[in-house]
Amino acid sequence: MARRSGNQAFLLGYRLYMAAFFIFLVAPLIAAGIFAFNDSVFPSLPWKGFTLDWFFGTSEPKLGMFHDRRLLQGLYYSFVIALSVSALSVFVGTCNAFLFVRSNLPAKNFFYIIMVLPLVIPGVILGISILVFASTIANTLDDSYGIDLDFLRPGIVLVVLGQFSFVATITSLVITARLRKFDETMEEAAYNLGASRARVLRSITLPYLRPAMIAAGIVAFLVSFENFNTTLFLVGSESPLTITMFDRMAKGGSTPVLNAVSFFLMMGSGVLAIISILVQRDRTAR
Amino acid sequence: MVNQERRLLPGAGSVMKHRDARRLSLILLFMPLALWIVLLILLPHIGMGILSLREKIGPRQYEFGLANYIAFFQEPIYWHIMARTAVISLLVTVLALIVGFPVSYYIAKIAGPRTRGAMFMFCLIPLWVSDLIRAFGWILLLRETGVISGILQWTGLASAPVELLYNDAAVVVGLVYTVMLFMIVPLTSTLDGMDDAMIEAGYNLGGNGLTVLRRIIIPYAMPGIVSGSIIVFMLTAGSYLTPVLLGGKYSSWFTQTIYDQFITRYNWESGAAFGFLLLFFTSFVVWIGLKLSGQSLSSTVARS
Repeated sequence: MARRSGNQAFLLGYRLYMAAFFIFLVAPLIAAGIFAFNDSVFPSLPWKGFTLDWFFGTSEPKLGMFHDRRLLQGLYYSFVIALSVSALSVFVGTCNAFLFVRSNLPAKNFFYIIMVLPLVIPGVILGISILVFASTIANTLDDSYGIDLDFLRPGIVLVVLGQFSFVATITSLVITARLRKFDETMEEAAYNLGASRARVLRSITLPYLRPAMIAAGIVAFLVSFENFNTTLFLVGSESPLTITMFDRMAKGGSTPVLNAVSFFLMMGSGVLAIISILVQRDRTAR
Repeated sequence: MVNQERRLLPGAGSVMKHRDARRLSLILLFMPLALWIVLLILLPHIGMGILSLREKIGPRQYEFGLANYIAFFQEPIYWHIMARTAVISLLVTVLALIVGFPVSYYIAKIAGPRTRGAMFMFCLIPLWVSDLIRAFGWILLLRETGVISGILQWTGLASAPVELLYNDAAVVVGLVYTVMLFMIVPLTSTLDGMDDAMIEAGYNLGGNGLTVLRRIIIPYAMPGIVSGSIIVFMLTAGSYLTPVLLGGKYSSWFTQTIYDQFITRYNWESGAAFGFLLLFFTSFVVWIGLKLSGQSLSSTVARS
């Protein structure tokens, strides 16, 4: 116990500071969530009674989120984008894990640093550089050959690629860390028992990596779902949820339907957080 | 056993085949990384670099040159915004460190083993909630009709609604909140590895709380402080949402200027130049931080 500072008053002050810090941490989240249940057209005090209209209300002025077509569309696009980013990044992350832990790649350290780099480039820059590059290719093809490649114009494909460009670093780091801890004698035992390479990969190595792959996939899904900076520059007419919500927030004067969405999203991330904790607990048990 | 013998006694041809297979699998494994880095990072940045060096001399007429960069330094408003972004980011980093250090120390050294885990998890909660919702929460707390203004009036501390939003203080609070976690996680894990005996030795040698903090705890926590500060600074300087939503239209954040050039004015050449300036600037600060502390990029990033 490091209670070296001795006197009780100091410790009490310290505890109060911690309490204040935790209030600071949750206050905005509570504010964002709680007004979803306020029976008023403004997300502010005074409290006018409990309602679920901001979720299920069917008509203006109390149009609930489950009947707001633009919000639902945003939710759908975000979901599609996040799922694609997550699948792509887990795949690439797994390949990178084998590349950096198992292969005899020359200049491994150099490539490792290159792999980490996208995480330190500001998201805004990733967004504009990919926008510029894709547009240049699209314009060149259009001008010289008359080929119009629609997916190179701002839209879902570019958003997925933009988010993938740095999410892949996160998944690679997570899965690589797990593979480094793998006990290779397990594979050797399987080879000795007559298993083929593919069989060993399928029934020993990949199951061992699965908790890390699931956890990385969940993190990738969330990071993608919540991403704003990179998405902002690459978005076309199909706006994901964050962009739709931002537009309404920046205009101000929105109804508590945004609080309902916030509450919904917080619950969603909560569930994902619990799943990823359970998956990782499984990892320590083994 | 039979299989092992088979593996140990391959013919010469199969050795060749085996080596080829290894090389092939190396190339296959390398492809995703290569495609990702070349197509999504390297070429786009080169393209942006070339674009930023194009001067517009007439409609659809361009020439290579540094005009876009020169414009940045000649137009005071641009580098004022950049300097402002840098100063506020630095302030946010220092504040996050000052606020976060006691929290990390408490979690790592004072809290009991059971509360420790719970507190750490609690600190991670905002990570699971998007930036947008966090900023939205602050808007609802700080604006004229918001919760804090309401409480101030209710307690009689203010007689009329108070607008706490759309000023620099709101931006700083929002940013500190957003990045806090990236300070606490590396700090806590560094302090966690510290042996309590070191602190006790400091006291036994007659140091008071302040000396022990200054001479023992802070030097030990330095790697955590450096990686936390670097990440926090980068995130802050590159942030867009929080300054725009909490600072309002005239928050003058550099990323906002880039957005204006790209989307509002459709001046991609100058937007690309500004993007590069931001990239140079943040990389420069990160480089200085790493040099001063003698750490490497991969260990810093991996820690957070």
